[in-house]
Amino acid sequence: MIRTENLTKFYGEIRAVYRLNMEVPEGTILGFLGPNGAGKTTTMRMLTGYTTPSFGKAEIAGIEIQKEPIKAKRLIGYLPEVPPLYPELKVRSFLEFVGQVKGLRGKELKNRIEEVVEKTGLEKVADRLIRNISKGYRQRVGIAQAILADPKVLILDEPTIGLDPKEIVEIRQLIKSLAGKRTVILSTHILQEVTSICDTIAIINEGRLIEFGKIEEIEKKYGSASLEEIYISAISKEVKA
Amino acid sequence: MRNVWAIVKKELKIYFSSPTAYIISALFVLITGFMFYVMVSNFSILSVQAGNNPYFSSRLNLNQYVYSPFFSNAAIILLLLLPVLTMRLFAEEKRQHTDELLFTLPLTNTQIILGKYIASLVVLLVMIVATVPYAFYPFFLTKPELAPVLTGYLGIFLLGAAFIAFGLFASSLTENQIVAAVFSFGILLLLWLIYWLTYVSSFLKGFLKYISFFSHFDNLARGVVDTSDLVFYISFAFVGLFLTYAILEVRRWWR
Repeated sequence: MIRTENLTKFYGEIRAVYRLNMEVPEGTILGFLGPNGAGKTTTMRMLTGYTTPSFGKAEIAGIEIQKEPIKAKRLIGYLPEVPPLYPELKVRSFLEFVGQVKGLRGKELKNRIEEVVEKTGLEKVADRLIRNISKGYRQRVGIAQAILADPKVLILDEPTIGLDPKEIVEIRQLIKSLAGKRTVILSTHILQEVTSICDTIAIINEGRLIEFGKIEEIEKKYGSASLEEIYISAISKEVKA
Repeated sequence: MRNVWAIVKKELKIYFSSPTAYIISALFVLITGFMFYVMVSNFSILSVQAGNNPYFSSRLNLNQYVYSPFFSNAAIILLLLLPVLTMRLFAEEKRQHTDELLFTLPLTNTQIILGKYIASLVVLLVMIVATVPYAFYPFFLTKPELAPVLTGYLGIFLLGAAFIAFGLFASSLTENQIVAAVFSFGILLLLWLIYWLTYVSSFLKGFLKYISFFSHFDNLARGVVDTSDLVFYISFAFVGLFLTYAILEVRRWWR
């Protein structure tokens, strides 16, 4: 479903992501792990077409995002690290805007908005200005816009950051319930989140992919260690140039 | 086209949910209305004084003494206000991180630019139409020529459309709204005044005259429609939009 080939991004001299090769089959929930500054966000930005790679390519369902950006972007729901919300708009009209651009019309648009509002628990704030709602609600609006058009691929950059414990549990359940036919990539620092939601993990450090595979397989490879131990030993490996 | 319309609606909602668009439109109507009032009053004093002088009174003409300077002044007010209207268009998207949504939605850069441009043109149209009630008031009292007034309106609309296109470009350069406003105001002012050079030097005289807003607007304010002036405004707007497009394309590599 998602395939990258030598995906690379340089910012001047700085190597953010280097020759990243990854193949994520349909229906996978991938936990994307790595220290701060490892290149997780940059990778996600390249997958969603926000940033152009320095070289290499990324494909969504066989469509190369650089060559046919509109076609590829139609398949993606994306929640960036900072939820991209217009504070001057009401929650509902923000979702209307996103839905229209994603090709939803009339009744279908209305129904979908009601559906995601309910799913993300936004009923109470749906007619309020985004400026006036709490951080937890903003994060939910961010998730609501990502899942609005029922995308095949969901890319979530730290979706539970800044939420209270109850909200975290709710959002995790939501993400789990969204799985199934969808392919989800989820970056996070909370390893517990990975074990509870994901079936596959990718660990990157200094822009290189260090580990990639099903959780059970990786656990086997590391002699049934806990995910925490696996993570620490993976990122302390010498990164090859 | 539907995508463009979705952006137009979003931008208009943002414009009219914050005080910016209201304040800019209100100030525009207030200042131009004030100027219009002074000019009409002045004209009526002149008319009374000219009553005894058939030669002078035959030369008094509302179009020339009121409408033409009125449009010229309105143009200056637009030069001051429009950079404030356009400053947030891209700068604010970057600051609020909403650009990460905008540029990952299935939208082309052309659609994004057109949507934002059309939304600002709508606000400009509202500002201009809001002056109609007082600007046409003299038509109830006397008989000014209609055509020059209409071309004057066309002139300030086209001029505003050119300013907005440049303001959009300025906004795409930075995430700081103030920088965007100051930059577009400064460059537009310079382009307005650049014809001054032709007074002191003949170097590139034709070219400088051509790229100066002033020389083009003068004709329209007097009610003279010259195709070359229209072509100038439209090409200026087009260049502004094209530069914005180029910036958006280049930025994809740098963010």
